[in-house]
Amino acid sequence: MIQLSTPVSEVAIRALKVGDEVAITGTLYTGRDAVHKYLHDGGQLPPGVNLKGGILYHCGPVIIKDEQGNWKCVAAGPTTSIREEPYQAQVIRDLGLRGVIGKGGMGERTVEACKQHGCVYLHAVGGAAQVLADCIKRVPNVYFMEQFGAPEAIWEFEVVSFPVVVTIDAHGNSLHKEILASSQAELAKFV
Amino acid sequence: MLSLRAMNVLQDSLLELIRRTSTEIPDDVHKAILDSLEREKQGTIAASAMKIIEQNIALAKNKSQPICQDTGSIIFYVDCPIGYDQLGFEQAAREAVKLATKKGFLRQNSVDSITGKNDGTNVGPGSPAIHFHQHGSPEVSVRLVLKGGGCENVGAQYSLPNEKLKANRDLDGCRKAILDAVLQAQGKGCGPGILGVCIGGDRATSYEFSKQQFLRRLDDANPNPELGKLEQDIVETSNKLGIGPMGFGGKTTLLGTKIGVLNRLPASYFVSISYMCWAYRRQGVTLDTNGKVQKWLY
Repeated sequence: MIQLSTPVSEVAIRALKVGDEVAITGTLYTGRDAVHKYLHDGGQLPPGVNLKGGILYHCGPVIIKDEQGNWKCVAAGPTTSIREEPYQAQVIRDLGLRGVIGKGGMGERTVEACKQHGCVYLHAVGGAAQVLADCIKRVPNVYFMEQFGAPEAIWEFEVVSFPVVVTIDAHGNSLHKEILASSQAELAKFV
Repeated sequence: MLSLRAMNVLQDSLLELIRRTSTEIPDDVHKAILDSLEREKQGTIAASAMKIIEQNIALAKNKSQPICQDTGSIIFYVDCPIGYDQLGFEQAAREAVKLATKKGFLRQNSVDSITGKNDGTNVGPGSPAIHFHQHGSPEVSVRLVLKGGGCENVGAQYSLPNEKLKANRDLDGCRKAILDAVLQAQGKGCGPGILGVCIGGDRATSYEFSKQQFLRRLDDANPNPELGKLEQDIVETSNKLGIGPMGFGGKTTLLGTKIGVLNRLPASYFVSISYMCWAYRRQGVTLDTNGKVQKWLY
């Protein structure tokens, strides 16, 4: 298991390759459909969200307020990333992202952006909302709660040893592309 | 008509049904997941993914928190006798859903399709969905399926014949369509998955019946042996494709397939495939005459 802390350097990101298992410690920000469309339409990040060298998490968590009035993350697995394909390359470039966490993989434009700007796509286990929420030690802030609603807001997570797998590296390789091609070839033998 | 007291009892029963559905995987599904964990080769990322899944199932149950943060479409199936107060049930179900959302068993998951507003209650047009079925017995049974959006998005409907797939209007054509859906889904629906399939019907009833297949236990046998054979073949063939858990590669792409059939019009031949993620949330209860839980069904 490779350890990674945020903010992440380009050198550390370029050293990763498809299939590497990584544990992340530091800060993650969530952002999904509404946030990507907003950024694509020219919207600015609110003050306090610093994603330069950072990692964006495609996630719409379940969060409640505890007795002391603090946010508590109850469930936080990844959401399907491919919906952000029309926007992701631009967001990687404009924000200077080093990592995007999600599930299901992304397309050719994101693969290209990862290569060009030094970013990786990190696959978390879909549906593993409890194991992943357990790695979130604190939820210091939320942004755009009113505007986008809880699942679509930008949540700031402090995480320890958050487990992911590199499925798109910064060298143009994609596990998703490989598996699609090999499974297609296999299926041709059976139909 | 249900009395106020009966409404409260029913609401509590439905809240417990929602809690248990969201936080505990049914035994038949858990067994299939454990079997697939054993099959994956140690040291692979597929095996790591299955281990995380297994830990997640235990953690969700112990903490009584949602297995997956996408607590999904809320779909009730109610079998009830003649004269049962369906309006009362609907009201109790809506209240139970609101309460379950407040308690964090359900995510604030229902959005106005035009304005994008989420009022945080999970109650609105189409949510929760409730299907009533009247039957001759005095028993009331309520089954609940929570189906997340990731797996719902990889569902597919084919109209046969399909020239590209060389799929004709026969069982072999159905097989080709179903396997194509598995290929297209890859790991995007949070595999290893379970397919619910309907052959026939119209566009709406076909999808609807494909979802009803998820009420069947994974270890049941299809009453039609020919369909039973096809179910088995789909699972075995899919597991040879090397898509694997989460699309990471590996031996388990599907945990099961369930196929049902409806009559069709001579002009139509639909094959509808609903994909269920590994976080297969399905539970059910029978209720006594007071609306209290009598028995758990899975």
